[in-house]
Amino acid sequence: MGFFFEVLFGGFLAGVLYALVALGFVLIFKASGVFNFAQGAMVLFAALSLVRLMEWMPIPLALLASVAIMIVFALAVERLVLRPLVNQEGIILFMATIGVSYFLDGFAQTVWGSEIYKLDIGLPNEPVMILESVFDGGVLVNTFDLAAAAIAGVLVLVLAIFFQKTRIGRALRAVADDHQAAQSVGIPLRDIWVIVWSTSGIVALVAGIVWGSALGVQFSIALVALKALPVLILGGFTSVPGAIIGGLIIGAGEKLAEVFIGPCFGGGIETWFGYVLALLFLLVRPQGLFGERIIERV
Amino acid sequence: MKKHWRIAALGAFGAAAFALTGAADALAQGEQFLPRLVYRTGAYAPNGVPFANGYSDYLNMLNERDGGINGVRLVQEECETGYDTARGVECYDRLKAKGATGAGLVDPLSTGITFALTEKAPGDKIPLITMGYGRSESQDGSVFAWNFPLLGTYWAAADIIMRHIADKEGGYAKLKGKKITLVFHDSPYGKEPIPLLEELAKRHGFTYAGLPVTHPGVEQKATWLQIRQNRPDYVLLWGWGVMNSTAIKEAAAVNYPRNKMIGVWWSGAEPDVLPGGDGAKGYLAAALHAIGDQFPVHRDVYKLVYDKAKGAGKKEEVGQVLYNRGLVNGFLATEAIRTAMARYGNKPLTGEQVRWGLEHLDITAARIKEAGFEGLVYPLKISCQDHMGSARARIQQWDGAKWSFVSDWIEADRKLIDPMVTAAAKKYAEEKKITPRDCSKEM
Repeated sequence: MGFFFEVLFGGFLAGVLYALVALGFVLIFKASGVFNFAQGAMVLFAALSLVRLMEWMPIPLALLASVAIMIVFALAVERLVLRPLVNQEGIILFMATIGVSYFLDGFAQTVWGSEIYKLDIGLPNEPVMILESVFDGGVLVNTFDLAAAAIAGVLVLVLAIFFQKTRIGRALRAVADDHQAAQSVGIPLRDIWVIVWSTSGIVALVAGIVWGSALGVQFSIALVALKALPVLILGGFTSVPGAIIGGLIIGAGEKLAEVFIGPCFGGGIETWFGYVLALLFLLVRPQGLFGERIIERV
Repeated sequence: MKKHWRIAALGAFGAAAFALTGAADALAQGEQFLPRLVYRTGAYAPNGVPFANGYSDYLNMLNERDGGINGVRLVQEECETGYDTARGVECYDRLKAKGATGAGLVDPLSTGITFALTEKAPGDKIPLITMGYGRSESQDGSVFAWNFPLLGTYWAAADIIMRHIADKEGGYAKLKGKKITLVFHDSPYGKEPIPLLEELAKRHGFTYAGLPVTHPGVEQKATWLQIRQNRPDYVLLWGWGVMNSTAIKEAAAVNYPRNKMIGVWWSGAEPDVLPGGDGAKGYLAAALHAIGDQFPVHRDVYKLVYDKAKGAGKKEEVGQVLYNRGLVNGFLATEAIRTAMARYGNKPLTGEQVRWGLEHLDITAARIKEAGFEGLVYPLKISCQDHMGSARARIQQWDGAKWSFVSDWIEADRKLIDPMVTAAAKKYAEEKKITPRDCSKEM
C-alpha cells in the first residue's frame, strides 16, 4: 500500500510540473482564444535566456533581464504576428503560432547554444521519507518536487489575484468574455495581447526554471509542452484551477498506469495514457473539467 | 521600369548561383566527398555536437597536415538530421551523389537511420559505418555487405557490461538469483541488447527485466519508482541524450546506488553526468576508447586546426568522450579510404571501392601509434565475414569531475555472440531474399 501512495504522490508532483506549462496555454487562450502552440518553445527560450545570462550576472539581475526578454518577445509577437492577422479565424492564428514555435526553437538554440546547461538556483533536491509510522518502509518523496509544487501554488495565487483584483486583470477577463464588447468600452485589444503574452512568457520562465533545474536546460524542455496537452483537454482551456487539477489527475493517472498496468503492455505507456484519460473525459464533459460550456442559440 | 529592374536582379542572382554551383562541382573533381549526417539541434544535440566536432576536426587536420589522404583532399558537407529517421534518409538521398565519385561512405549516427539506410545502401553501393551502434547482426558481412559496425555492436556492449558485473561478483555462477534491470530508450537502439540479455539470463540464472522509456526520456519517475520497489542488483542504462542525465538524477532521487548503474558507451559522456552534479558520482559506463586530449593526434588537432581558428567547436571540449568518439570514427573512415587507395590508386573513390577498403581494414597497433592514436583505441581487423573487427571496451566511472577507468579492456564473448549473429543474419537474409556471400571465395 505504501508503494501505491508513493506512486500516487509522485504522480501528483509530476502533474504539478505539467500544470506549470499548461498555465501558459490557458492564459493566452483565455484572453485571445488563440491556442499557442509556441508555449513549449517559450519555456525553452526563457530558460535558456536565464541560464546563459546567469553566466554574466547575478541571479536576480538575470531573472529581471529574462523577464524583459520575454516582454520584448511578446511585443514582437503582437506587432509581427497577431496584429497583421487580427480578425482572422482561430485556426489561422493557431497555424501562426506553429510558425512562431519552430522559429523560436531554432532562434533560441542559435543565440544561446544547444548544449546542456546546468541550472542551479538553490532548489532542494534530497529524497525524504514520510509516513514511516503508517506504511512499512515509508513513502519516498523528493524535496525538489515539493519545492516545485510550492512554486506552482504561489504562481496560481499570484495569477488569481492578478485576474480578480487588478484593473488589468479585469480588462483581460472582459476581453476573454467578448472582444468586441471589451473594445467598445475602450479596452485596447493590442495592449491586452501584449500583457497576456508577457504574462504567459513569465509563466514560461517559471516553468523553465523548474523543468531546467530538474533536467538541465536544453532542447527537450520544449517538448514538455506535449505533456500539457492532455492536462488542457481535461482541465479546460480557459480555467487556471482546471490546469492545476487536470495536471494532478493526468500526472497521477499516467504514473499509476505505467507502474500497475504498463507491465501488461511491455511498459512505456505513460506517454499515451494521459491522452487516453483525457479523451475518455472528453466523452463525458467536452468542455473539460472547469471549461466554460459554449451555448450557441440559433 | 521597376519590373525590369526586378527581372534583371533575379537574372543576376540566378547566374551567380549557377556560376557558384558550377565552381563547386569543378572543385570537387579531385576531392573525396564525405557526407556528414549530424545533429547539432534538437533533443539530442548536446551529445550530437561533440561527436560531429571531433569527426570534422579530424578531417580538417588531415587536410592541413597531409593535404587529405595521399594528396586527395577531403570535402565534407554536414546535413542536420535532428536524430530523426525521416530527415536522416532525406539527408542521405540529397548527398549520396555529390562530389566527383558520389559519397564514399556514410555514418548515419543513429540506429533508427541505420535501420532505414540498410535497405537503401546496397542499391546505391555506399557503405555505412556504424561504429558502436546499428544492427547487431550486421556484424555478419556475408549478409550485410554494406554495413560496418566497427569496434562493437550492442550485443557486444551488453556482454562486456555483464562480464564486468560477473567479475565484480566473483564469476558468472554468482549471478544466479540476481536481478538485472535494463532501462532502455524505447526505440530500435534501446531494444538492441534485449535478445543478448535474455540469452545470458537463461544461461546464468539471473532475472532480467526491461523498463522502456519513451522519447526523449524526460519523464522517468514511474520507471525509477519501480526500480526502488524491485531493488535490482544492477541497472543497465541504454539511453541517449537527456534520457541519460534524467535517469541518473532519478536514480539519485530514489537513492538507487549509482555505482550499481552501468551505461552503454552512448550513456557515458560528460553531458550525461554533468547535469546530475554530485548525484552522478560513482556512475559507471562502458567506454569504446580512451578519454582526454593527451594523445599525439590531439596535438596535431590543436596545432593545425584550433590554432588556425578552424576548429568546429570550443577548444576546451577537445578530448571529451564524444569528441574523441568522433575523432576515432573519422580515423577509421579515413583509414578505410587509405586502404582502398592502395588498391585503386590515389584518387577520389566510389562507395564500392571504399567498401573494399573497409572489408580489408587492418588497423594494427603499429598503425595506431603512427597515426597518433596509441592508447586511445584498440587494434581491429575487418574481414568479409566479420564487419565488427574488435569487440572490446573498458568500464569507466565518474567521480564528480572526470571519468576514470576502473577496468582493463574487456572482450565480448564471441563464442556467445557469433552464433546469435549468424542466426539473426540468416533470418534477415530469408526475409529480404538475400543470398549470402561465400566469404571463403572473397579473399
